[in-house]
Order: sequence, then C-alpha cells, then structure tokens
Amino acid sequence: MSAVSYGMVVDTRTCVACAACVIACKTENDVAEGFSRDWIFTATSGSFPNLEMEIRSERCNHCEDAPCVSVCPTGASHYGPGGTVQVTESKCTGCKACIAACPYDARFIDPRTGAIDKCTFCVHRVENGTPTTACQEVCPTKSIYFGDLNDPESEVSRLLRTRQAYALLPDAGTRPKHFFLK
Amino acid sequence: MQETTTTRLNAFIDPSLHIWHYEVPVYLFLGGLVAGLMVIAGLWMLRAPDSPRSRALSLMPWAAPVLISVGMLFLWLDLENPFNAFRFYFTFELTSPMSWGSWILLGVYPASILLAWASTPADMRDRWLVRLARVPGVDRLDAWVSGHVPLLASLNVVLGAALGVYTGVLLGTMAARPLWNSAILGPLFLVSGLSTGAAFMMLYRLERREKELLSRVDMGLISVELLLLALWMIGLAAGGAASRAGLHTIMGGPYTAAFWTLVVALGLLTPLIGEWIEHQHSVVPARLTAALVLIGGLALRWIIVYAGQHSGWVTDLASR
Amino acid sequence: MKRRQFIRVGSYGAAGAAVAGGLTTDWYGRYANPIADPGTDGDRVVPSFCELCFWKCGILAHVKDGRVTKIKGNPKDPLSNGQLCPRGAGGTGLLYDPDRLQKPMVRRDKRGAQVFEEVSWDDALGVVAENFERIKAEHGAGALALFSHGYGGSWMKHLFKAYGSPNIAAPSYAQCRGPREVGFDLTFGSGVGSPENTDIRNARCLVLIGSHLGENMHNTQVQDFADAIRNGADIITVDPRHSVAASKSRWWLPIKPGTDTALLLAWMNVIIGEGLYDRDYVEQYAYGFEQLSEHVKAFTPEWAYPRTGIEPDVIRRTARAMGAARPATLVHPGRHVTWYGDDTQRSRAIAILNALLGSWGRKGGFFIPSQVSIPPYEYPGYLPHDDQAADRPAPSDYPLADQVLAQGVCDATVPGVVGDSRIKAWMVYGSNLPTTLPDPENTYKAIQELDFLVTVDVLPAEIVGWSDVVLPEATYLERCDELFAPWWREPYVAVRQEVVPPMYDSKPGWWIARELGKRIGLPEFFPWKDSEEYAKTRLEAAGLDCDVMRADGVILGEPAPLYFEEGALPEFYTDSGKIELYSPKLAALGFDPMPTYDHSALEEPPEGYYRLLFGRAPVHTFGRTTNNRLLSEVYRENEVWVNRDVARRWGLEDGERVYLQNQDGKRSSFSAPVKVTGRIRPDAVYVVHGYGRRAPKLRFVHGKGIDDNELITRYKVDPIMGGTGMNVNFVTFLRADDLEVAS
Repeated sequence: MSAVSYGMVVDTRTCVACAACVIACKTENDVAEGFSRDWIFTATSGSFPNLEMEIRSERCNHCEDAPCVSVCPTGASHYGPGGTVQVTESKCTGCKACIAACPYDARFIDPRTGAIDKCTFCVHRVENGTPTTACQEVCPTKSIYFGDLNDPESEVSRLLRTRQAYALLPDAGTRPKHFFLK
Repeated sequence: MQETTTTRLNAFIDPSLHIWHYEVPVYLFLGGLVAGLMVIAGLWMLRAPDSPRSRALSLMPWAAPVLISVGMLFLWLDLENPFNAFRFYFTFELTSPMSWGSWILLGVYPASILLAWASTPADMRDRWLVRLARVPGVDRLDAWVSGHVPLLASLNVVLGAALGVYTGVLLGTMAARPLWNSAILGPLFLVSGLSTGAAFMMLYRLERREKELLSRVDMGLISVELLLLALWMIGLAAGGAASRAGLHTIMGGPYTAAFWTLVVALGLLTPLIGEWIEHQHSVVPARLTAALVLIGGLALRWIIVYAGQHSGWVTDLASR
Repeated sequence: MKRRQFIRVGSYGAAGAAVAGGLTTDWYGRYANPIADPGTDGDRVVPSFCELCFWKCGILAHVKDGRVTKIKGNPKDPLSNGQLCPRGAGGTGLLYDPDRLQKPMVRRDKRGAQVFEEVSWDDALGVVAENFERIKAEHGAGALALFSHGYGGSWMKHLFKAYGSPNIAAPSYAQCRGPREVGFDLTFGSGVGSPENTDIRNARCLVLIGSHLGENMHNTQVQDFADAIRNGADIITVDPRHSVAASKSRWWLPIKPGTDTALLLAWMNVIIGEGLYDRDYVEQYAYGFEQLSEHVKAFTPEWAYPRTGIEPDVIRRTARAMGAARPATLVHPGRHVTWYGDDTQRSRAIAILNALLGSWGRKGGFFIPSQVSIPPYEYPGYLPHDDQAADRPAPSDYPLADQVLAQGVCDATVPGVVGDSRIKAWMVYGSNLPTTLPDPENTYKAIQELDFLVTVDVLPAEIVGWSDVVLPEATYLERCDELFAPWWREPYVAVRQEVVPPMYDSKPGWWIARELGKRIGLPEFFPWKDSEEYAKTRLEAAGLDCDVMRADGVILGEPAPLYFEEGALPEFYTDSGKIELYSPKLAALGFDPMPTYDHSALEEPPEGYYRLLFGRAPVHTFGRTTNNRLLSEVYRENEVWVNRDVARRWGLEDGERVYLQNQDGKRSSFSAPVKVTGRIRPDAVYVVHGYGRRAPKLRFVHGKGIDDNELITRYKVDPIMGGTGMNVNFVTFLRADDLEVAS
C-alpha cells in the first residue's frame, strides 16, 4: 500500500473566477489582511471578437521536489502529511529564502507572526475527519477536486486519467501536485 | 495578444519580488570582504610565515570578526522573525546553502579570532596575556595556537573561501529567479570578495611592497571578475526567455545605468587601469583605487540582489 | 595510543556523532512538526440564511468564543446545497465592518451637511413617530412612502400597510426585474420570480441575453451553469462584452447594444420558417401562432444583420442549435433587464421564443415550482384605502405595472413633477437610493423637498448621510427575520436566526417596526413578543417542528412534479388560459401585441463617446458590499473596460486613470484605471457598479473607482410598466493627469 500523496485538480472549464475559494480560505484559515493563500488567475488571448479565456484557481502546488523545502535553513519548510508542503511557524526565522525559491510565488510572510504562510491543503481538516479543503467545499461550480494521487480510484486520479490536464511551469523541475483540466 | 489578471494579494511578490532590501547586499558585501581577508591573511601566513610584516598588516585579521559581526547584525535585522534565529543552529540542512552559511559563520569566529591572535605582533600579545592572566586556559590556548599556525591558516583559507562562495551558491541555485540562476554566481562572489578584501587592506598604512603585492593580486582578481561577469551575462543571454528578461534589467532595464557605471566602469575598469598605471609608474594613490573597488563590490551585490528580484517566471497560458 | 586518550577521543567522537545525527534528523523525532490548526471551527454552529444578496442561500455560521469565525453553506439547503458564493463566505466582513452604524442618530445641521447627534432609541423613535403622525394628520397616510430592499424589510412593509400607505416601493421592480416579470406574465400567465424557475442544470442549449452568470453570482444558477457545462450544453451568449459566460460559450454574439430584440425576432423567423419549433406543444398550449408566424416573416437574419452586427449565417446556425435541443432549450430571462426602455417587449420576445421551443414546463427549460404553504400570522385587517400609489403622473400610465415604481415615488416628492407634490416623508430600508435610482441629482432634490426622512440601515451609505433620523439595524447574523418559503424545485421552509447578539446599539428590524408601530397607534399589529415567537406560531400552525427548524435551518416539503411530462399541470394564468404569443391585452392597451423592433429609436453615441454599460463583479452585490473589506480586498476599485483599438486611438494605456464625462456634461466624482481589453466592443465601455462612493463614512470604498450611477442622468421609461432603462448614456474620457494638474 503506497503512501498517501495529496494533490489538487481544478477544472478550468467550469471555474468562473468568482473567488469564493479565496474568501472561504481566508476565513477558514484566518489569513492575514492584505494577503491571500489562493487566488484567481485569468488569461485572455486573441483579439476582438475571437477571444479565449483561461480561468484558474491557483495556490501553492505542494511540489514533490519543492525548492522551498530544500532551501530552508531551519527545516521549518518540510514535507507534511500526504506529501504536502508545510511550514512550522515556531521554526521559521523569516529569512524569506523560500519566497525567492518558489517559482509559483505562492508564499508570503504573515505580518502578525513574522513566519511564512501559504496554502496548507487544509491538512488540519483533511487529517481530522473532513476530507475536503475549504476552497473545495465552498466552490459553487464544483471545480476544485482534492484527494490522493496515489489512489487510482480517487476522483483526482480518475480525472487526470480521463481529461487533458496540465501543471504550471513543468520545466521548473518542481514536480507540482496541482493540476488544471483543460 | 494576451491579457492576464490575478486577484493575488502578496505584498512580497507583487508587482515583483521584493523580500530582500538593503540589509542583504550590505551583508553580502561585508561577508565577501571578510572572506577575502581570511583567505588573503591565511595564504600570507602559509606562504610567508616568518617574513616581517607591517604592524597594520599584522593586525589586519582582527577586522574579520568585527566586520562579520556587523554583517551578521544586518542579516539578523532582515529576518522577519529575528528571535527565532537560534533555530538555524538546531539543525543542519544539507540542501540549504543558507544552512551551510549559518554554520560557516559560526566557524568563522573561532578561526578568524585565533588567526588574528597568531598574527598579532608578539609584544602586543604578551601585553594581553598579562591582562588576561586570570582567565583559565588562555596560556594553553596561546601555546596551542603558536604550535598550529599552518593549520589555523589553512582553516581560514578554507572557511574564508566557503564564506565567499556560499552566498553566490545560495542565489545561484534559485531556479525561480532567472537572473541569479547561474553556477557562475558562486565563483563571482568569491572573486569579488577576495578583491574587496584586498582593497580593504590597501586602505591602511602598509609597507610599499605589501601594497604592491596586494595590488598585483587585485589586478588579477579584477580581471577574473570581469571575465566571470561576462560569462554570467552570456549565459543569461543564451538561457531562454526568462533569463533574457532577467538580463534585460541590466541591459536596457532599470538597473542598466547603475550596473555599467558603478560596477563596471567605476568599480572594476577604473581600479584595474589605476592599479596597472601604479604598477608601471607608481603615481596613482592606492587608497583611491581601493575605495573604488569597495564601492564597486557593494554596488555589484546591491544590483544583483535588487535586479534579481525583478526577474521571475511568468505564469502563462499552459502549452496547449 | 594510551587508554585515556582513546576513551577521550572515543567519547568526544560518540558525542559528536550524536549531535551531528540530531542536527540532521530533527533530533530523533523530538523536534517534530505539529499540524497547525487555525482554530476557526465553531464551538457553536448556527444555521441561518444569507443576506449579502437577495438569493437567501442557507448558511452555517461558526461561532467561537462569541465571534463568528467563518460562514459555510448549509448542505441541507436546496439553494446553497452546501456551497456559497464569495459574498456569502465573506459575511463576517459585514458583521465586523468598522464603519457600521452603531447608534441611532438625529440630524443637527442642514440636510446633506451630515452632522448628527447620537441619541437613545426612545428619542429617535419618538422623533420618527411624531413626524409620521403629524404628516398623516395633515396630508393622509398616502403622504408617507417606504422604499425597501432586503428581506428584513418585510416588517417595515407590514408597518406601512397597517398605517394605510399604498406607497411601498422596491427598486428591484422598476430598476431591475420588473419588465421580465410583466413580459413573462403576459405570455405564460406568471413571472419567473426569484429564485427563477430556470432549469439550467438540465438545459441542452442555454441562451444568455446579456446575462453574465459567473459574474452575476446567484449561487444556485451558477451551480447549475457548471452542471450545464459539464453536461456538454451548447451555450450561446449574446453580450456586447466577452463575459465569463461568453468565454464558456460555444457562440459569443458581440451584439450591438440595444438591438437584442432584432436578434430575437430573427431567431423566431428562422425557428418558425425552418420548422424548428415544438409543433405539438405550440398547437396544444399556444394562442396566436398564425399572427406571430406572419409577423416575423419580415425579420430575416439578413434584416437583423445590419442592425445587430451579427452575421446571418451565425443567426441561422444558432437558431438551428436552439431548435435541435428543444424542448431543453432555455432562453434565460435575465435578471436586471431595465436597459433601453423597451424592456418589457424584449422580455416578451424572450418568453415567446421559449414558448416556440416548448421549454416552459419542460425539462431543461422552466420547471413548475412548488411551495410549502405556511399560514400567515393572524393580524387584524389592514386599513382599507382607495389611494393609488403616487408613483406615476396619471393613473393610466404604465398600465401593466403591478408593483409600485420607486422612481415614480421619488418624482412625486418633488413639487411640479407630478402635479402637487404628494409625498412628504420617506422611510428607506436597506436601499441606497442615490446609487440605485437613475438621475441621482433628482433624488437629492427630492430628498431636499421632504419634510422628513428616516433610514434604517447597517452601513453609512449616501442616503444615510442625508437623513433626519438614522436607525441602525442589526445585520442578518444578529437577528431573526421572516420565514423563507420560496417557490422552488424543492419546496422548503428556512429560518433566519440570531447567530450572535446585535453589536453596538443596533436592533433587529422586527423590533424597530414594533416599537415604531406602538408609537403610531398600531400595537395590535405587533402582538408577538419577538420575531422568534412570530415564526414559531406560523410554523406550528403549519405543523412543522420548531426544534428541527432551529437545529437544521431548513425543513423540506413534499416535492411536486416539475415538468408537464411528469404530471405538472399545464396551467397558464393568462386571460385566454393559453400561452399568448399574440397578446390581446397589450393590443387593447394600445401597445404592440407582438414585439417589434424600431432601429431608428436607437441613439448613436456622439463622436468620441461610448455607450456606458455596467454590471456585476462576483464578489459584490452592487453597492451593498463594496465597503466589505474581505470582499473588496480582492477588487479594490473598479476599472473602465475600453476596447483595445479605442484605447490605441486615444493613447490610453492599461492602468492609466481617467474620469468619465457623459453627454450632458456630468463628470464622475472620482477616477478609475482603464482596463485595455479585447473583451468589449469598440462602441461601448463597461464598469462594475457599486464603486466611486461619495459617502465619507464608507471609508474603504470612498473615492475608489467610478460610480456609473452618477453618469446615468438620462433614462428611458418603459411605457408598459414604468421600468427605467439605464443603458442610454454615453461617456467620454478625461485623463486624470490632465485634470488633476489643472486643478
């Protein structure tokens, strides 16, 4: 039985850029004012009237080969449950090397603690009986899927098998576990 | 034609990365300088342990622990959670150049202090031994130091080199920041550090032949530094869109003027020419060229830290 | 080596190895990494329903140590289904808004100077009662008007009905959905209501006329929209702007603003001409097919093309897609439809198109909703009165308006506009009229003519600053309100309950209405102890369990058949009892019995001007939420969408700040950044409504962005039901740099 590997899949076809995921995450995780752990990105290409728009709900990719973990001098940035990338606040000195190391620009300093903050894949819920992340739970278009990538029968695995999907910056070599369905 | 929007709120990332401000380039400068001092002092002690030295030169190694303390203070000020700094010493993270650095800095203290002690003129040492007679173990330590000068000198060379190179490796291994992402950054910082160390020494009242030696060494270092800079920039130009965008910050972008005047013209070419003229005619005051080298060294690190935060990957439409 | 040396070296070595091992292994697990818990789960979770917009999704509010930490969707609720839009999720931003009204206030300087004194509730209510009674005695109850928006307004409406005033207006009628209710009522005998009976989730072809689902965040409709996308529905979006919905569509028709009816008529032409309509359905249920058939012969796609800018080929192909998917083709009725003053006829055209495709009462079209019936509270009868509402110049105007026209009531306050001014006092509940009614200068003028203005609100919006008495209401999380039993696909009853006690000195609406009622001689209309007792009485009368209600927040009713095919009765409450494709009622009143299109009535923008269009951002409910720090943090100020080519001609750069000035010379109070985009036609600009606020006490949104309503100085009134068409203003750009240097 292989270890659990949490990953997330966002369906860009149904995501409407409403940002419910952003607000729900803020309240669930008490995110500092002026910062967000997840965000909506849109890219419009073409010119009037032949246009295409790509919409994504983005956050930390919880990479399998995370540069933020390898660069952290105190071990505060580490691999947590299910291969997620976590930060232990008490070990963080706020040197910000990990912010520089992250090609996805997903990390920031919480001004209230001086420590790094970012998406945690809601492990406090997921490892505690509620197997959904806050963003997944709120999403009115049900565009966010979360689960065990090592379980071939999980919804995320099934989606990755049956739909065309991509990850961001694959050439950065970080092996992200956040995927987008085309 | 592409329009992008993002709702991301991150004052550290938007509009471009700005996590490290003046504290970091100042530390990099002082750290490099101290690395230079340690390597040069160490090599000097190894190669010419018995030849007479000016008083200034003999006491020069004491600058290392003092300057590195100032540097570390700046580094500590940059931390967002400074009172957690002791956490650096609860672990050793093999993959983190910053972790190497924190332990190297720890080692720099005893190594540089002991070497400075060994380098201090005998009369001063004796006076201090008398003052410190009450402190237990001082005599034994002094004896040990006297008997192990080559070891200490080698240790300083090694630690100094490590100190000089690790910051470049730290920045150089960040794949996310194309301007920094180059293996040349490590050697570049080391050579620049050695050069600023030599220049620092030339600010003091050294004997003519000492200055001439340092000057010749510095000319060599500056030449290598110019070569490394050129290789670094060539590497960026050939590295793909993100790297080229990074290079653009100093070739047409916001840091172009600063880079080419402060770093290249004033910080490298002018001192090089000045030292060469000195070498030929012994006319140009050494202190001026030394000061220019120091300014250039600080400017180099300042621009690299700031310009590097300007460059990044752009999260784009996926390859469809 | 001596033994002592060996021991010394050995022990140093062992110690060194232990330390090194610890340094590289987290000290053998003792320096472990705990999972951080943000601790936002409530020690109490209270079900209720939301009021950030008017959809009323069921929520679960988490309370920890007396503070609401987060709000989740109630999975038992048939509207939210456990999910929420961003506004609902950001409700704590309203509850803890530092700019909230805290104490009752009475005006102490001239109106508009915004100088108030905080007083006790007793004093404030005393002032209101005194003024109400005086005005009623002098001019009759008809001299008092109530403007209300929001579910808590039910108590005020009850108060006014008891007091005998017919002037109870909701801007949601003539400034928003009114025309489509009348248009659909004329056709099918009923409106679509709210929540609309649109079966989006089962549609196989979804046609959106200007509707921007996804930016308009009515939760259930967006959930259904996603289902439709997943089911592979053909989506056709007709919009001058490439909305999010347009980006999900198979066809985006970037129609010339104001010409939608021409397109609808051309679609009818093709659908009838090519036999793509539901023959059996039309034969069985519709009246007037022959007349319609004849009528639309002239409206060919070639006729529509120069008027709409949509190519004939596209019109035909989309019509065929609509026909092919029938009866699961839903031409969405829209929501805010007061655009050009011909909006009832356009809504009629949409209704007729749906009828041709057989979608009313069919799966994938419009389902037949049902409701849990709860007996009303037994009150004494309201005072009968013959007075008509004072909302139109002559009683015969706007003959099919079945609700009071808010702008009409406002006009009737200004002497000379509607004969002698008849309205002397306003009570405004939860509705910021200066950003709601078009021509805000007129609104301010009317306010100055008032004898008395009292507002009941949560935030210090513009209207609050102009009031004589301000009554701070508790937010939806701090009060119990009227029961909610909507007409829906699943009938149910929901309750709104107090999650946390009212903050500051705010009071719930039921209390305000009752205390005021007691002071103006209406105690018998407020016999219950509190709204909880009121709700309990009604629930018990309906045989429902109050404890279950309190615990679950929702009680489901018996589902009824949704579609004719499942047994729903095909009843149409028109005069003929059939779907009226031809409307004798309209003909009798002198209006076109079938929609037509008059292109000459469409105004062209002057040179250098662009039609001003406005809409919604998903995180906002027009002006209600723009001060909410959680929500506006993500969208700090609105932007002016400018077509890329237009921007190039003007030399405008993305992010450059501009003021907008309209055809009457009215300039926006503040500037906004330009969004240079290919996503809008070159003849129009677009802003999100609700920004650019002048109210100084709305500190987060004051001065941020542009208020489109300031620029809506002209509007066209729909002659059938009085809806105010607001998309009839044109604006030009003034660079902020130029303006601000000069001043």
